[in-house]
Amino acid sequence: MILISLIAWLLAGGLLAWYSGRWGGNWPRWISLITLVVHLAMLAGLWAGYAGKANLSQPASWLAETDLPWIPALGIRFHLALDGLSLLLIVLTNFLGIVAVAASWQGIRYRLGFFHFNLLWILAAIVGVFLAADLFLFYFFWELMLVPLYFLIGIWGHENRIYATLKFFIFTQASSLVMLAAILGLYVIHGRGTGVYTFDYSALLGTQLSSFTGTMLMLGFFVAFAVKLPVVPLHTWLPDAHTEAPTAGSVDLAGLVLKVGAYGMLRFLVPLFPRAAAAFAPVAMTLAVAGIIYGAVLAFSQRDLKRMIAYTSISHMGFVLLGIFAWNQLALEGAVIVMLAHGISTGALFVLVGDLQDRMHTRDLDRMGGLWSIVPRLGGVGMLFALASLGLPGLGNFVGEFLVLLGAWQVNIPLTVLASLGFIFSTVYSLWLVQRAFHGENTNRWRLPDYNRRETGIMAAMIAAIVALGLYPQPVIDTASGALQTLRGLAPGYHQTQGSPGAAAAVQDGKDAGLPAGMASGAARDDGSGA
Amino acid sequence: MSGQDFICLLPLLLPAAAAVLIMLEISVYRSHAAACILTLAGIGAAAASLPLAAAYGPRQVTSLLVIDGFALFYIGIILAATFIVAILSYAYLRRVPGQREELYLLLLLAAVGAGVMVASSHFASLFMGLELLSSCLFALIAYPRGRDNIEAGFKYLVLASVSTSFLLFGMALVYAQLGTMEFTRLAAAGATGGIIYQAGLGLLIIGLGFKLALVPFHMWTPDVYQGAPAPVTAFVATVSKVGVFGLLLRFFGQVGLLGHAHMFFLLTLIAIASMFAGNLLALRQKNVKRLLAYSSISHLGYLLVAFLAGGPLGTTAATFYLVAYSVTILGAFGIVGTIPAPGEAAGGREADAIDDYRGLFWRRPWLAGVFAATLFSLAGIPLTAGFIGKFYLLDAGAGSSLWLLTLSLVASSGIGLYYYLRLITVMYLRPESGAGEEAGRPAAYPWAASLVLAALLMAIIWLGVYPAPLIDAIRRTVTLP
Repeated sequence: MILISLIAWLLAGGLLAWYSGRWGGNWPRWISLITLVVHLAMLAGLWAGYAGKANLSQPASWLAETDLPWIPALGIRFHLALDGLSLLLIVLTNFLGIVAVAASWQGIRYRLGFFHFNLLWILAAIVGVFLAADLFLFYFFWELMLVPLYFLIGIWGHENRIYATLKFFIFTQASSLVMLAAILGLYVIHGRGTGVYTFDYSALLGTQLSSFTGTMLMLGFFVAFAVKLPVVPLHTWLPDAHTEAPTAGSVDLAGLVLKVGAYGMLRFLVPLFPRAAAAFAPVAMTLAVAGIIYGAVLAFSQRDLKRMIAYTSISHMGFVLLGIFAWNQLALEGAVIVMLAHGISTGALFVLVGDLQDRMHTRDLDRMGGLWSIVPRLGGVGMLFALASLGLPGLGNFVGEFLVLLGAWQVNIPLTVLASLGFIFSTVYSLWLVQRAFHGENTNRWRLPDYNRRETGIMAAMIAAIVALGLYPQPVIDTASGALQTLRGLAPGYHQTQGSPGAAAAVQDGKDAGLPAGMASGAARDDGSGA
Repeated sequence: MSGQDFICLLPLLLPAAAAVLIMLEISVYRSHAAACILTLAGIGAAAASLPLAAAYGPRQVTSLLVIDGFALFYIGIILAATFIVAILSYAYLRRVPGQREELYLLLLLAAVGAGVMVASSHFASLFMGLELLSSCLFALIAYPRGRDNIEAGFKYLVLASVSTSFLLFGMALVYAQLGTMEFTRLAAAGATGGIIYQAGLGLLIIGLGFKLALVPFHMWTPDVYQGAPAPVTAFVATVSKVGVFGLLLRFFGQVGLLGHAHMFFLLTLIAIASMFAGNLLALRQKNVKRLLAYSSISHLGYLLVAFLAGGPLGTTAATFYLVAYSVTILGAFGIVGTIPAPGEAAGGREADAIDDYRGLFWRRPWLAGVFAATLFSLAGIPLTAGFIGKFYLLDAGAGSSLWLLTLSLVASSGIGLYYYLRLITVMYLRPESGAGEEAGRPAAYPWAASLVLAALLMAIIWLGVYPAPLIDAIRRTVTLP
């Protein structure tokens, strides 16, 4: 029941926040904040409980599970399940949720109730996505996320928001319809093969598919996840949506919505279609490298600060895609850390741009310059997160991207070499950003207030998070590694087709029984659990 | 006919009796409220008699009608939709000068006609029901509402007559070949049917295709939807479609139409064309009623997917979708009929231009919320009935390996998103000036309509979150031989 309450609490808080809009004042803000803080306490309790039992780093069945009938006629169950990976991402969701509420404390001035309703419902739907263990339920939450996000950008966004929301909505919705068709295909094929029509994740694992159908269904999933991630040819909605969204929307988009795509690949795409995914891996990894470089190059050429950060997201998410399709323990752990670190660092940068825009009413880099001298605290924070973004050792992004490269090296050396160019590019654009915004002469004679206590507090929390992730990532890796081993155990055929020497040990020929509990056997680890 | 036969027919007889009563009442004393209450009472009584009829069924009542679970369930949908339309009409007609009472009469008779269609087991009863429905409909569509909407009524009259003649000719051909007009006998003899029989079936498809507004027989739809008073449009979109589709399921299911490869191919083409044409043509509409008309064309195309999938799954999926779609579209046209256009006096133009909805979200948040919910439901977004419905259709299509149809459904509903979203977007745009702020407020708020809209909203969400009871009910009752 704890899993249901994780979602229901946010939904209820959202409704209350909406209603409290009638009372005026700061009610919706406080209600959302309290809702999220209590939610964080619930999560902390959960995490502490599991960490205490020290079973997180071992492959195991779900940590917690809720399974209720929902639409029995179609084999749909309300099946939620939690493992270390979901737990980490839900914690990130909550953290960025609190940041989003705090960062919009002054920026949002009208329709507060509805704003916070949308914010909390986005978070609830994302938590639902991370918990769903039934493909229909997953799709349900996946789609549910869109509507409040659509309102959030469409109502409180910037100048060109209508165009951006339409583009965003249609891109994501159309691609998820393709995924829906693939889900149904899988459901029908599984039902014909076994006589049991079900959308249950564990049951559908290991469905026997011919290589053609497997590839088609896998591509159906891939399109939906690739739009969200985004993978390069499908990314064009992202700069528009990020740029036009209000700060809270950008934080949620970059920090969470993109992660949902990566999570989908980790949890569903590869385990459900291991062979097809392995065959597709070279293409996916090439796309990933293309994204890393393309995003970085375009980021460099932007004048709009927010748009620039949006393009850096594309670059960073390329590492996640690379890590996922390399599919060994190192690369996967790296991908998870990049997801968390990118959520924090990009979220912080978006908050920073929002703060700048509130003060200067522009996001144009050409009109900035010399800001450090007048807003030193803001400048310092900007510097730090720019450094995080370029992958400075000691900050979270470095750990993740480095692990991804280590893992990918075992699979595909040329692509890894190309991907590591991303480090150079990111150094260029990050330093360029700092240079243009904060250094130099204050030619435009800006006079701006520096960070107040609220803003300093937000940034302090984010700095603490990114530094902790950079200096001592072990608890995070421990939390994720059990879940990742289980996932790798679900795709035993993956490395056979790919023929990677390092991973051969991990391969155990075996029909997976389809139950996470039975997966332990398939998950012999190749060296580094924790690097 | 025995007493039991009459009990089985109660759901059809009671609304007819109510119509007679209203006729008498009008001749003695005109009262809008009384007419509406009588209508609602008649429908309520008919709905209450459904379980009674079910207790005696399934039963063949003469060779014309069969009262089984399928018929009763569809009659239930028809009655419920008519009930809602009657309440919406009450709120709507209060704003319109002129004679109001006859509308209820026509509504009741049209509902009886639709009910006869879904219960028919013979060409004669089929034709009777269809004609009763159609002739009431063109009076309803042309119903005076202070503006000239004769054109729409006339258009419907002409096209309905044309389609009827197709239908009649088709029946004649089938009869010529097989010598019977009873569905069960047709089914038995159909296997031996030659080219004339099949031509007859083809003509029947054309006739019913007109009524369902499938491409290429859809041309009348936008004009009629636009011209008719909003509650009548809601009626056309729900009751008439449910009736005809119910007939389609029963008749073609029974005669094994889908066994004929080229008929299957033809219907596949019609389905795909309807899905795409409806959604593509809706993209550039500036009138909400026309937009919803085109969207209804595409939705009927979606429904054909379930029909073509056939079998119990297809029937269940189609029935569920019909319920979900009816609930949704009643809500949508309910809104269109409830909101007077900004700046118009009562009884003036309906709010049917997209610009009339600009900023509605800020003026009337609840109405805008309901409208947004119906549009999301039409687009098939979760938490709404339309989502589960569309999912069920896809499930039926995939279950029968109709991949082309399934993928067309996916692709065309992707296109459809654009115009639903555009409408929602318009609603939350800030009004251009302060002028529109107060204009949208009707002086006396139609509480009956808002109650109905609230109920529809709840139904949309209920079906979207917990559809299991309805699905179970459909699976239990709606079974075809």
